Amino acid sequence: MLNRILSTAEIEFRIALRNRWVAMGAAMMVLFSLVLSAAGTGATGVAADPLSVIVASLVSLAVYLVPLIALLVSFDAVAGEAERGTLALTLAYPLSRGSLLAGKLVAQTVVLALAILAGCGAAALMGFAMGGREAVQGLGALGRLFWTSLLLGMAFLSLGHALSCLARRASGAAAMAIGLWLAVIVLYDLGLLAAVVADDGGAFTTRVFPYALVLNPADAFRLFNLAASQSVDAASGLSGAASSIAVWKPLAALLLWPVVAALLARLSFERVQP
Amino acid sequence: MTILMLCNLTKRYDGRAALDDVSFRVAAGERVALLGHNGAGKSTLMKTVLGLLMPDGGSVDVAGHAPGSAVARAVTAYLPENAAFHPALTGREMLRHCLRLRGQPAHQADALLEKVGLADAADRRFGSYSKGMRQRVGLAQALIGAPRLMILDEPTSGLDPISRRDFYALLDELAGQGTAVLMSSHALSELEARTDRLLVLSKGRLVAEGTLAQLRAEAQLPLEVRITPRRDVDGTVRALFPEASGEGVLRFPCALRDKLDALSRIAQARDLIVDFDIHAPGLDDLYARISQRGAA
Ligand SMILES: Nc1ncnc2c1ncn2[C@@H]1O[C@H](COP(=O)(O)OP(=O)(O)O)[C@@H](O)[C@H]1O
Ligand SMILES: [Mg+2]
Repeated sequence: MLNRILSTAEIEFRIALRNRWVAMGAAMMVLFSLVLSAAGTGATGVAADPLSVIVASLVSLAVYLVPLIALLVSFDAVAGEAERGTLALTLAYPLSRGSLLAGKLVAQTVVLALAILAGCGAAALMGFAMGGREAVQGLGALGRLFWTSLLLGMAFLSLGHALSCLARRASGAAAMAIGLWLAVIVLYDLGLLAAVVADDGGAFTTRVFPYALVLNPADAFRLFNLAASQSVDAASGLSGAASSIAVWKPLAALLLWPVVAALLARLSFERVQP
Repeated sequence: MTILMLCNLTKRYDGRAALDDVSFRVAAGERVALLGHNGAGKSTLMKTVLGLLMPDGGSVDVAGHAPGSAVARAVTAYLPENAAFHPALTGREMLRHCLRLRGQPAHQADALLEKVGLADAADRRFGSYSKGMRQRVGLAQALIGAPRLMILDEPTSGLDPISRRDFYALLDELAGQGTAVLMSSHALSELEARTDRLLVLSKGRLVAEGTLAQLRAEAQLPLEVRITPRRDVDGTVRALFPEASGEGVLRFPCALRDKLDALSRIAQARDLIVDFDIHAPGLDDLYARISQRGAA
């Protein structure tokens, strides 16, 4: 079974390489990372080392970019094969549906890891270039950014697979992926903010809101990184309420989401008839 | 030995039957062709046999195992209709992957490509292949690991006549090794006489089964006799063959069992005739007749 998963992963990675997903993902991460590093350091007068400052701004970037790259890489996984007519063949091979998804997930996780690594590498270079030795203090936050981004990305890879199963065609899956991204990354926070404002410090803000925030993988990612490095998130505007949430909660959400999403994908795949 | 057995197989899409009470067997070494117009249910039948679709009634048995079970998958090869592998991969990469999935050494890929005549294109990307070349890659993957049952969905569509001849030669070789082959086609003319048995599917029902000769006899299509009389004795010849019609060339139908009678009548009129011809009904005439009858 492991051989089949690895062979699937290898072939999927080749496809990702040839489709330039690897190069594009890495280029996007490096570019934004460099821009943010250059822009972010000028404005701050805080005592923190430059790398920590860069990482803090990278967190609010990764929350948009990582899910986007993950969905771009994954939306075609099942719908594309169905469209090319190879899904029936793949499923007729001695390879379970779970193994097929696992193989694709492994390959796409590697693609994502390379992209994130490239972004983190660029950030580290900038940090050391600007802060010299001092930047060492930021390495912990950078490492945390790497593995939490990867978890966030894996959750969205599997969500992309689930959409790919639900949509019959690749174009439909692409549209659903964009919809999902908008809903989870952009609209969710806006909705919460609106609710908090309307509630004006009532029961929603104190009871429901912290959970609602933690349940969203993107918010959990942001909360965990900011709480762990004790820095302030200027971009999200949710930081005030967020500071009251214990660190383990967003961490648990971040760890659980990839598993839950993979199960969702597996369940959706079961319903697909080639 | 029976490799594939279908019993009263029924499959419905939204209440409409795509397969209606279909039963047949395929033995080891037998080449069976499933014939039917587009939408007759051939692909549905094959996917059900592969365990990709769940039947609404009846059962399938693949070498003693349930369709889609680990054993059934391991012994069955499949060539889907119009399959196109990912355009970014080369033929060799794809085949190496297929080999690994079947637990076979990946280095066999080159021999397989050689066998289907694609050795030269092994390192080209799938996106650059012609329809025929794609079909050959599909065929190459179906040859992996000496399968006991081969399910080929319209394998000859898109193949030129020479490729088609190669394909049938390959099929002969497989059948010789004991592989049971079930292939489909929507054009009887593509099947030729290289299959052992034909099954005609019409609107999900099995309407005829047998060898080509048997089907021909069963359909009772008459032969057509064509006579070209000498110009000057046209009227005389017409009087001798009153059932004939046509200008210049006289044509008349003739039941199979009356063939020799017709021949002796022609022989008696040999001095009055320039040429004659006995035309067997075309395969597609036959096919049209059978599926018409099935639909009625
Ligand atoms: N996924 C599906 N959903 C609904 N109807 C289908 C589906 N697949 C096939 N059909 C219908 O079932 C019938 C048989 O189709 P198919 O097996 O593809 O025929 P063939 O392969 O002989 O051309 C057709 O009427 C087709 O429209
Ligand atoms: Mg078909």
